[in-house]
Amino acid sequence: MICLRITGTMFYYYFVCQRKLWYFVNNITLEQENENVLLGKLIDESSYGREDKQVLIDETVNVDFIKDWKVLHEVKKSKSIEEASMWQVKYYIYFLRQRGIKIEKGVLDYPKIKQRKEVLLTKQDEKEIEEILHSIEKIVIQEKSPEVIDSKICRACAYYEFCYI
Amino acid sequence: MSESFYLFSDGELKRKDNVLRMTAPDGNFKDIKVNMTRDIYLFGEVSLNTKALNYAGQLSIPIHIFNFYGFYTGSFFPKETSVSGKLLVEQVMHYSEDSKRLKIAKAFIEAASYNILRNIRYYNERNRDLENTINEIKNLRNGIESAGDIKSLMGVEGSIRKVYYECWTSIIKQEVDFEKRVKRPPDNMVNTLISFVNSLIYTSCLSEIYVTQLNPTVSYLHSPGERRFSLCLDISEIFKPLIGDRLIFSLLNRNMITEKDFEKDSNYFYLKDTGRKKILMEYDESMNRTIKHKELGRNVSYRHLIRLECYKLIKHLMGDKEYEGFKIWW
Repeated sequence: MICLRITGTMFYYYFVCQRKLWYFVNNITLEQENENVLLGKLIDESSYGREDKQVLIDETVNVDFIKDWKVLHEVKKSKSIEEASMWQVKYYIYFLRQRGIKIEKGVLDYPKIKQRKEVLLTKQDEKEIEEILHSIEKIVIQEKSPEVIDSKICRACAYYEFCYI
Repeated sequence: MSESFYLFSDGELKRKDNVLRMTAPDGNFKDIKVNMTRDIYLFGEVSLNTKALNYAGQLSIPIHIFNFYGFYTGSFFPKETSVSGKLLVEQVMHYSEDSKRLKIAKAFIEAASYNILRNIRYYNERNRDLENTINEIKNLRNGIESAGDIKSLMGVEGSIRKVYYECWTSIIKQEVDFEKRVKRPPDNMVNTLISFVNSLIYTSCLSEIYVTQLNPTVSYLHSPGERRFSLCLDISEIFKPLIGDRLIFSLLNRNMITEKDFEKDSNYFYLKDTGRKKILMEYDESMNRTIKHKELGRNVSYRHLIRLECYKLIKHLMGDKEYEGFKIWW
């Protein structure tokens, strides 16, 4: 196993689009001007002002905020691709537990629609996470990028023009 | 939506709280909405302090500077925030390996000359009788594919441009004394216009390259070092016919720019402020003009086409999809 810092974003992208993951790790980032990304940033900045936010753990994962080192929160703009968000939170729980932090559960916060969702990490999930980490490593060291996924989620992606031109 | 700011007045450009403020000697000021700023062009005599530059740097806003004569001096180019080691390595490898370099360089000339041809065809259909020019350029274009090295490719490019510029007097309805392209210094008004407009395109390319991870100093057609950011020269080749030349034809044919916009005693070398402003207004407008992109199915502005060109180049360098220069399709 190569020693690679796998961030929450990478974990999330693994579920969203592996091509995006590949370009992201190779530092071809296109997010800075995307309206959805800017909106997400604003939402993040304007919600939960009382919490200590953006907790960087072991210089690798950046968790939105953690309540009493027990409940970990991830703020999202919308519920689209919720599956990927849930896995991202699971990965955070896994990552922190591995470092001896006793995280009980995770919460996905949707301040815009005033909803939240609890996320738990099971033994089965842990196994799966380890497999996924391996797959991520495989993608990252690939010489060439994975193919365009041609899905309906592409239209809203910051890489849309890049992939389809 | 971000904007370019063109500042003509003399004065001071300083940071004032969280804006950049341009103050004229008479005390009038203009605040630049930094959140909406893509880049800033300075045409007047402006004093800047490091506080302003630091702020522009922090916000990643390039500042392009023009001298008293309206010629491009250089750019304040903020520190690169988005860099990709892998891409840089690929960019350099494609430069140092002759066959790879030539392939990209050919794609630039292929597209640039195609766009030149489109311009001529347009005017030929408007009774300018340019059949001969078209045929000549078509013939010359055959030499692109067979060019064995950059030097001979540049030769083909030079011949195409020569034939192209020769037909400008038939395209331009005003009485102009334009025989051939002369640089440093331009010796008549058309040459002055070309120099000015080309430098605008160059800076626009720089601003667009800046937001991608491409390194603007590594180029393929032009040799790196020809100017500091030679990749801008490469990419602007493609857009000069589409944006620059068309702009010049339209300015002259609609008599928006005439001899009166130049200082006569300067031998038409010096473009008056009023002339420069008119050109910039039109330039900005044409950069914002949109077309429906046939591959993306979206409306994109002419300026954005430059960005897309960068994306295509990145994809080529990363081994994703072979680069083909932008060709006018409408």
